[in-house]
Amino acid sequence: MAELSVEHLLGIKYLKEKDINLIFKTADHFKEVINRPIKKVPSLRDITIANLFFENSTRTKLSFELAEKRLSADVINFSAGQSSVKKGETLIDTVNNILAMKVDIVVMRHASVGAGVFLSRHVDAKIINAGDGTHEHPTQALLDSYSIREKLGNVKGKKIVIVGDILHSRVALSNIYALQLQGAQVKVCGPTTLIPKYISSLGVEVETNLKKALEWCDVANVLRVQNERMDIKYFPSTREYTQLFGINQDILDNLGKKIVIMHPGPINRGVEITSDVADSNESIILNQVENGVAVRMAVIYLLAQQVKR
Amino acid sequence: MSKKNLLNSKDIEIILHRLACQLIENHNDFSNTVLIGLQPRGSYLANRLAELLKTSYHIKDLELGLLDITFYRDDFRRRDAPLEAASTEMDFLIEGKNVVIIDDVLYSGRSVRAALTAMQSYGRPEAIELLVLIDRRFSRHLPIQPDYRGRQVDAINEEKVLVTWTETHKKDAVYIEFK
Repeated sequence: MAELSVEHLLGIKYLKEKDINLIFKTADHFKEVINRPIKKVPSLRDITIANLFFENSTRTKLSFELAEKRLSADVINFSAGQSSVKKGETLIDTVNNILAMKVDIVVMRHASVGAGVFLSRHVDAKIINAGDGTHEHPTQALLDSYSIREKLGNVKGKKIVIVGDILHSRVALSNIYALQLQGAQVKVCGPTTLIPKYISSLGVEVETNLKKALEWCDVANVLRVQNERMDIKYFPSTREYTQLFGINQDILDNLGKKIVIMHPGPINRGVEITSDVADSNESIILNQVENGVAVRMAVIYLLAQQVKR
Repeated sequence: MSKKNLLNSKDIEIILHRLACQLIENHNDFSNTVLIGLQPRGSYLANRLAELLKTSYHIKDLELGLLDITFYRDDFRRRDAPLEAASTEMDFLIEGKNVVIIDDVLYSGRSVRAALTAMQSYGRPEAIELLVLIDRRFSRHLPIQPDYRGRQVDAINEEKVLVTWTETHKKDAVYIEFK
């Protein structure tokens, strides 16, 4: 059946493999749409979507907004910085006030883990999690897998290493769920202080030697060090981090094979990845951004199908 | 459920030849004409006609596109079953072209309405015509009529017209199904 098994997209954890396949199949059609001279379809013209970003975002917010507009939905935007949240309003009150304006779907980014799940239990709208704290960022993981599938033909059986700050990364957790669901092998690589203790319970191996990790993998998904989430020092200096875990062209040239380089952005050039690698032919960073719009269109379209009239 | 055979493969072959000749009558060598089959079911008829025009009537440069109208339909969220999209294969623009839309059964006319909207994404055509294999009379919801029709059928709303192709059902045939 061409229907998702879930009512909201709160995390990859709640999805089944067939949901991911359906999202990708639908995204294929939307990728064709966004490469037409007129990149817009009228499917969602009676749907209203609120983008609630309680935390900063440029790429994800733009990508969602573009996806919504390409589907002809009406869009309202909200950023915590300019809102009544600062005046002491609670999350439920804020959202209920917005829903009173007849909104069908809420896309939310929030600094608190589980904010999306909480909201889905208390308000009557479809919720799409656009990142909740250090927990999940499902659409990013979907577009990452979609990009791997596009580049390598299949995700099943592929070896993917996630390099960098795993502890603070919602992208890492969602990616691990998504990749394992599709039958890929996942390793993580980074300073021990930035690898969560429970990681082995997910069936993920830890490799602290970057070169060994890269020799093992087909795809390296490189993450940014999230300084804004660090309340203590996790490693001595940025320079030391770069020397041990930064990916540069020399390392890649000495692997004896080509691997695919991914990065969810924003890139700190010269820290986790050098410019020549980020801009090389092996990098699919900009494909990820393009696919992000198609994948988000697919998610929104499939959830909107369930909105009651 | 019972069904009555309306057209067999011989009937369909004769009709396809007639439709091909009618198209040639109006479009000559198809130099400024494109055929567009509506996905999924109209594409079989469109492929057949294009093949026939090329092999039996020596039309050389025939442009054929397949258009999916799922995202342009007006019954999104109004049906019980979710809509599933098919692929669109249009590697040309239709700006200034004569377009012939091809579908298997013309019933309410809503698919054709969606196709007209969808085609706006590919430019402004000179003119648009409609070719259908089966034209169900008295069932239109919209003021849309075919320019070329294979067979006109009077079927009541409870009845269903089913077109099968060798490619999908091993046999070219048209049936009317009764409840």
